[in-house]
Amino acid sequence: MYVMTLHRSSIGKKIIMAVTGLIWVGFVLLHMYGNLKVFLGPEYFNAYAEGLRTLGAPIFGHTHLLYVARLVLTVALVLHVWSAYSLTQQAHHARPSNYIVRQKVQANRASLSMRWGGVVILIFLIYHLMHLTWGLPVAPGVFVQADAYHNLVNGFHFIPATILYLLGVIALSFHLYHGVFSAFQTLGLNNQNTETSIKGAALALSLVISIGFAVVPLSVVAGIVR
Amino acid sequence: MKLHLKVWRQKSGNRQGHLVDYELDNVSPDESFLEMMDLLNEKLIEKGEEPVAFDHDCREGICGSCGMVINGIAHGPKAAVTTCQLHMRNFKDGDTVVVEPWRASPFPIIKDLVVDRSAFDRIIQAGGYISVSTGSAPDANTLPVGKEQSDLAMDAAQCIACGACVAACPNGSAMLFTAAKAAHLGLLPQGQPERNRRAVLMINQQDAEGFGGCTNIGECEAVCPKSISMDFIARLNRDVLVGTIAGAGRVEA
Repeated sequence: MYVMTLHRSSIGKKIIMAVTGLIWVGFVLLHMYGNLKVFLGPEYFNAYAEGLRTLGAPIFGHTHLLYVARLVLTVALVLHVWSAYSLTQQAHHARPSNYIVRQKVQANRASLSMRWGGVVILIFLIYHLMHLTWGLPVAPGVFVQADAYHNLVNGFHFIPATILYLLGVIALSFHLYHGVFSAFQTLGLNNQNTETSIKGAALALSLVISIGFAVVPLSVVAGIVR
Repeated sequence: MKLHLKVWRQKSGNRQGHLVDYELDNVSPDESFLEMMDLLNEKLIEKGEEPVAFDHDCREGICGSCGMVINGIAHGPKAAVTTCQLHMRNFKDGDTVVVEPWRASPFPIIKDLVVDRSAFDRIIQAGGYISVSTGSAPDANTLPVGKEQSDLAMDAAQCIACGACVAACPNGSAMLFTAAKAAHLGLLPQGQPERNRRAVLMINQQDAEGFGGCTNIGECEAVCPKSISMDFIARLNRDVLVGTIAGAGRVEA
């Protein structure tokens, strides 16, 4: 079980970050796909939301698989944030005083914004859970546990929430563009021959995910989804 | 041509450093950057001031001694050259040129632009040996090595350990160096038996020296005077992953 010693080295931490990140990429893709059902009307969307709770029935009980997924995602998130924090500390110790003049040569915006972009995503995620999963009073309107469609439409009529969601989605797309490429590089699955295709796929993925997510709150604001 | 220089001066590792302004006239565009620094030092000596300390040895881009961060870029604005091979024709008359040392805690400043890079030696030492029989040279072709494979190993072996990758990395990571050193042995048949163990031991030493982790930004590759590719970092990651899971380097029944 030497795999449990991965967390000791910087590369091991990055491997943990890559694997947990890829788990979240899978979740985010499915989540975006599910969200798009909102365009098919309230019955269809609410049936999908209920379907998540009855996933695996009759072998699995009500919400059982959902909680397994939540557990996996929570553990993945904690490990992802922990390794990011730990590596950030290590990097700050390695370069305590910076250059007076600094020029970047080939680094892109996405690769340089991974850390604070990740913090923006984390803040967004917490607000999102309070807003549309737990139904905490972080936005006006009534939260109805069994009516996901109503909660979504009502939730995005609150413009500050919509703006925060859009910021979260933009941060996510930047994070994914560099993150997906970086995961392949960290897992040793990249070289010069594959770099262009991996970066292209990462760009396509981040565009699909950001547009797929952004279109829902924008449609609510535009009155297409009501 | 005439240059406005801003050079990092620091009496010793435990003293505060700061940029000092110098005006330098009659710089020839055919001079190398180090010859320009020599010119500055001659002027300083004439004035009775302390010359700027900087590392240099071969001055033909192969020893890895020299290295300065010039206007915010390790080894200056020209790609794939060391500071000694950077010529003043890359600058314009009247330019302001800021010269700083490599900045990373595993590379403590000794004086002015000179840093202690012995952390690199310790990473190489940590990698250990390769299993090669001593004695008379083996017959040719007893150990076939593919042309592509040997070319790639030579690409990695080009690393001169100048430390520009560490200087350019926002995380102060030595991954490009360590990856190149691990790869030039790991790509050849002679380096196979200890390949994963070497990768794990070298990365452990790199962490212990206080270098940061890699975020795959690519600044190292961009400033590397030998254009060493980040592919070798992916390769090191793979070897460390396999080596860690397999418990490489551990001797157990």
